[in-house]
Amino acid sequence: MNLTLKVWRQKDNKAKGALVDYKIAGISPDMSFLEMFDVLNEDLINKGDEPVVFDHDCREGICGMCSMFINGRPHGPKDLVTTCQLHMRSFKDGDTIVVEPWRAAAFPVVKDLTVDRSAFDRVIAAGGFISVNTGNAQDANNLPIPKLNADAAFEAAACIGCGACVATCKNASAMLFVSAKISQLALLPQGQPERYRRVQSMVAQMDAEGFGNCTNTGACEAECPKGISLENIARMNRDYASAKFVSEETM
Amino acid sequence: MSDINSNIPEGELTNKWTKFKSSVPLVNPSNKRTLEVIVVGSGLAGASAAATLAEMGYKVKCFCFQDSPRRAHSIAAQGGINAAKNYQNDGDSTYRLFYDTVKGGDYRSREANVYRLAEVSANIIDQCVAQGVPLAREYGGLLDNRSFGGVQVQRTFYAAGQTGQQLLLGAYSALERQIGMGKVEMYTRHEMLEIVKIDGKARGIIARNLITGEIERHFGHAVVLGTGGYGNVFYLSTNAMGSNVTAAWKAHKSGAYFANPCYTQIHPTCIPVSGDHQSKLTLMSESLRNDGRIWVPMKKGDERRPQDIPEEERDYYLERRYPAFGNLVPRDVASRAAKERCDAGYGVGSSKLAVYLDFKANAIRYGKIEASKAGNHHPDEATCLRLGLEVIKAKYGNLFDMYAQITGENPYETPMRIYPAVHYTMGGLWVDYNLMTNVQGLYCTGEANFSDHGANRLGASALMQGLADGYFVLPYTIGAYLSKEISVKAIPTDHPAFAEAEERAVGILNKLIDVKGTKSVDHFHKRLGHIMWEKCGMARNAEGLNEAIRDIRALRADFWANVRVPGTTTELNTELEKAGRVADFIELGELMCIDALDRNESCGGHFREEYQTPEGEALRDDANYQYVAAWEFKEGVNFELHKEALNYENIKVAQRSYK
Repeated sequence: MNLTLKVWRQKDNKAKGALVDYKIAGISPDMSFLEMFDVLNEDLINKGDEPVVFDHDCREGICGMCSMFINGRPHGPKDLVTTCQLHMRSFKDGDTIVVEPWRAAAFPVVKDLTVDRSAFDRVIAAGGFISVNTGNAQDANNLPIPKLNADAAFEAAACIGCGACVATCKNASAMLFVSAKISQLALLPQGQPERYRRVQSMVAQMDAEGFGNCTNTGACEAECPKGISLENIARMNRDYASAKFVSEETM
Repeated sequence: MSDINSNIPEGELTNKWTKFKSSVPLVNPSNKRTLEVIVVGSGLAGASAAATLAEMGYKVKCFCFQDSPRRAHSIAAQGGINAAKNYQNDGDSTYRLFYDTVKGGDYRSREANVYRLAEVSANIIDQCVAQGVPLAREYGGLLDNRSFGGVQVQRTFYAAGQTGQQLLLGAYSALERQIGMGKVEMYTRHEMLEIVKIDGKARGIIARNLITGEIERHFGHAVVLGTGGYGNVFYLSTNAMGSNVTAAWKAHKSGAYFANPCYTQIHPTCIPVSGDHQSKLTLMSESLRNDGRIWVPMKKGDERRPQDIPEEERDYYLERRYPAFGNLVPRDVASRAAKERCDAGYGVGSSKLAVYLDFKANAIRYGKIEASKAGNHHPDEATCLRLGLEVIKAKYGNLFDMYAQITGENPYETPMRIYPAVHYTMGGLWVDYNLMTNVQGLYCTGEANFSDHGANRLGASALMQGLADGYFVLPYTIGAYLSKEISVKAIPTDHPAFAEAEERAVGILNKLIDVKGTKSVDHFHKRLGHIMWEKCGMARNAEGLNEAIRDIRALRADFWANVRVPGTTTELNTELEKAGRVADFIELGELMCIDALDRNESCGGHFREEYQTPEGEALRDDANYQYVAAWEFKEGVNFELHKEALNYENIKVAQRSYK
C-alpha cells in the first residue's frame, strides 16, 4: 500500500505545531498502525530527520498509552480498538490519513503526538481507591458479592485510561473516565464506606484539572476502545447529587 | 560449593517466615518518617512495594518511564494469579503450591523463598479483593477458579482475560492514594540510569527526566528495583516496547550479581509472526489451554483447512505424549513439543511455524450443559456448538477479539494458530532471602529478581510473585536493613559519589549521540534479537552459543561505531532512550549466552540439545549443576561466576514427569 500521511509535528509544549505531509510506500495490510509509524520513523532516521514522537508501549491494547487521533477519530476508524490494535487492512491503497494528538486543555501536548495525561492520575489520587492498608484484609470469600454486581464492576474497571473519551468530546469532558472508576467502586460492597466522599473529591479534582462538562452527546461511549457505558456517568451523577443533597457528609 | 550467602533463616521450612517476621528488628514510627526509600518501577512489584512502604510510614520516591504508573507491563498479564486457598476443595495446600512451583521450576529454585511465596499467596487475594479488584465470581457470590499448566488443582483466580490489568489497577490505586496524601513522590517519564553507591551501600539513583532530558540525583537510604524482565533482548517478545533491562543492568555493573540469565520462558501459545515488519508478539493466555486442544495434522504438509481434517487424522500431540497433564503441561514442555512437531514438518499456516489451538470439542461439551440447563436433553451438535461458543466467549471473549484483530481470522469459526514466543525471564538480579542483592541496601522484587521460579515459571505465578514481594515480603525484610540506618541523615546529593555516577550516565548519553553513524537503533536491536532467538532460544548447543558470543561481540563493536541517534540529550528523545536500552541488551545477551554455555545440562526453559533423554525431555545434571549461577560484572564486559548451592530438604529431587 502507498499512503499519504498528514502528521502533527510540534517540537515541544511551547512551540507552534503544524501538520506535515509524508509519503509512505510498501505498507502491508497486516501491519498495525503503529508498525506503519515504525516504518515512517525508520525512513526519517535514515534520511537524517527526527522521528515522530508518539506514546505507545504494550501494543496489545491494554496499557492505554497509545493515543492517536486518526482522521478525526480517537484510535481511528474501527470500533472497540486502540491505535495499536488498528491494522492497515482498515485502510485502502492511496488513502490520505490525518494523524493528530489528543486535543484538550487538560492534556497539553508534550511533543508531536505525545500529550500529558497526568491529570487522570491526579483524579485517581483524589479518591479513586478504597482506603485499605496492606495486611488489613479479611478472607476474600467472607464477603460474597452477587455475580451481576461483580461483573458490572468489572466492566467499569475495564477502562484503560487512554483518554479517548476526552479527546473525542466537544467539551473535553473526562466524565466517562471518572465515572467508570466511581462506578466500579460504588457497585462493590467494599466501596460503600467512602462512596459519597469519593464522588465529591474526584469530581472536584476533575473540575480543577480543566475538563469540561457532559452534555450527553455520547461520543465518549461510541469511541471508547473498551466499550465503557454511559450508564456510568448517570450513576456518577446520581451519587454526586445524593452526596450533595441527601448524604450527611458533604464536602 | 556456595561462595555467597543467601541468609535463609534457620529452622523448619514451615516456620522460617513466621519466625523471621516475629524476630525482625522494627523501626519506630518517628524514625520511619526520616527514612527514605527509592522504588524504581511501578508494576505489580514496584507499585505494591511503594504503596505499602508509604503506608508503613517511610518516605518513598517512585519512578517509572511510562506517562503513568498504571501503564507498567504487569497490566498485560492475562490469565490469572495462583493462591493456595483451596476454595475448590480439591486438596490444595501451601505445601502443594510450594511443591508444584519447585517441580515446575525443574528443581532450580530456592526452597525457602518458594515456601514463603506459597504461604503469602492467600493474603494477596484477600488484599486485592479488599481493594475492590473485581475478580471473577460464581453465582453464589464466591470467587471462581480455573486451572493452569503444571498443576492438578484449580487455584488460579482471574478477572476474565485481564487479571494483570485489574491487579495492577488495584496496586496503582493504593499507590495513588499515598501520592495524594503526599507520602509517595511519583516521578513519571523518568528513567533510572545509574545506582549511586557510598561506602558500598546503595544510596540513591541518577535518573533522566525523559521530557526535558534533565539529569536528576535522588537520595535514598535504600533502593528497590521492581523493573521487570529482560525478554526484549530477543527483540520480538510479548513484552511491552519499553520493557528493558537498563536499571537491573546498571545495578549489575555497579556490583550486583546477575543470576541465571539464561533461564528464559518461551510461552507456547502466542500469535505467530506474520512478517518482517512485526514489532512485538502477542500472547494468547495459557488459560485457553483449559478449553483449547492443541493439534497438528498427522500428514506432513497437509494443506487442507483445519475444519476439513477429520478427527482421526489429527495428532493431539500433548495428549498423546503427556496423558496425565495433557494440554496443561508446563510452558517449557508445551513449547518444545510444538517446536518438535514444526521442525519435523507438521507445522501449519503459511510459515509452517504454527500449531492449532482448537476449542470446538470443549465448546460442544459446554453447549450440552447449557442445553441441559435449559431443559433440552438431546440437543444436536449445531445447537451445542452455538450455546458452547457463548460460554467460551464469556470466558475468553477479549482474547478472541484480540486474535481476530491481529490475524484478521475469526477464531470462533476456525482454530487459532499459535507458536511459542519469548514471554518471561526467570533469571534476574541475585537476591538473598531478604530480597536484597549482594549490594547492601539494594533490593530487587518481582520479575527483575531471580528468586522463585527456578528454570521455568508456572502459569499465573508471576502476578503472585510480584505482589507477594511488594505487599508482603519486602516491606518486612527491608526493616532489617533500615533499622540499622536510623542514625544516617539524608546524604546531600552534592556528595562526590552522586557527581561520579551522574558523570557516568551523561558520558554514555553523549557517546550515543556522538557516534553519528548510519544505522538506526532498531537495526541493531533486530540483529541482536535474531542471534538470540536462533542460538539462545528454545534449543541451544555449545557450537551455536560460541558463535552467538562471537556475533554479539562483533555487534557491540558495530553498534558503538555505526549507530545513528538523532536529536540531542536535552529534549524528549525516544531514539536516545532506545539506544541506551539496546546498548545494555547487547551486553546482557552476551552474558545470557555465556551462562547457557556454562550450564552443561538441560533444565526447564534452558534446553541444551546435547543433554536430553531418549524421549527428548530435558536432562538435568544435579550432581554438577544444582546451583544458582550468579555472575559478577568485571571491567570491559567480562563476567566471573559465583555459585549458590541449592539444597532440597523438603522435596525429593526427581526427574520431572508430566506423563
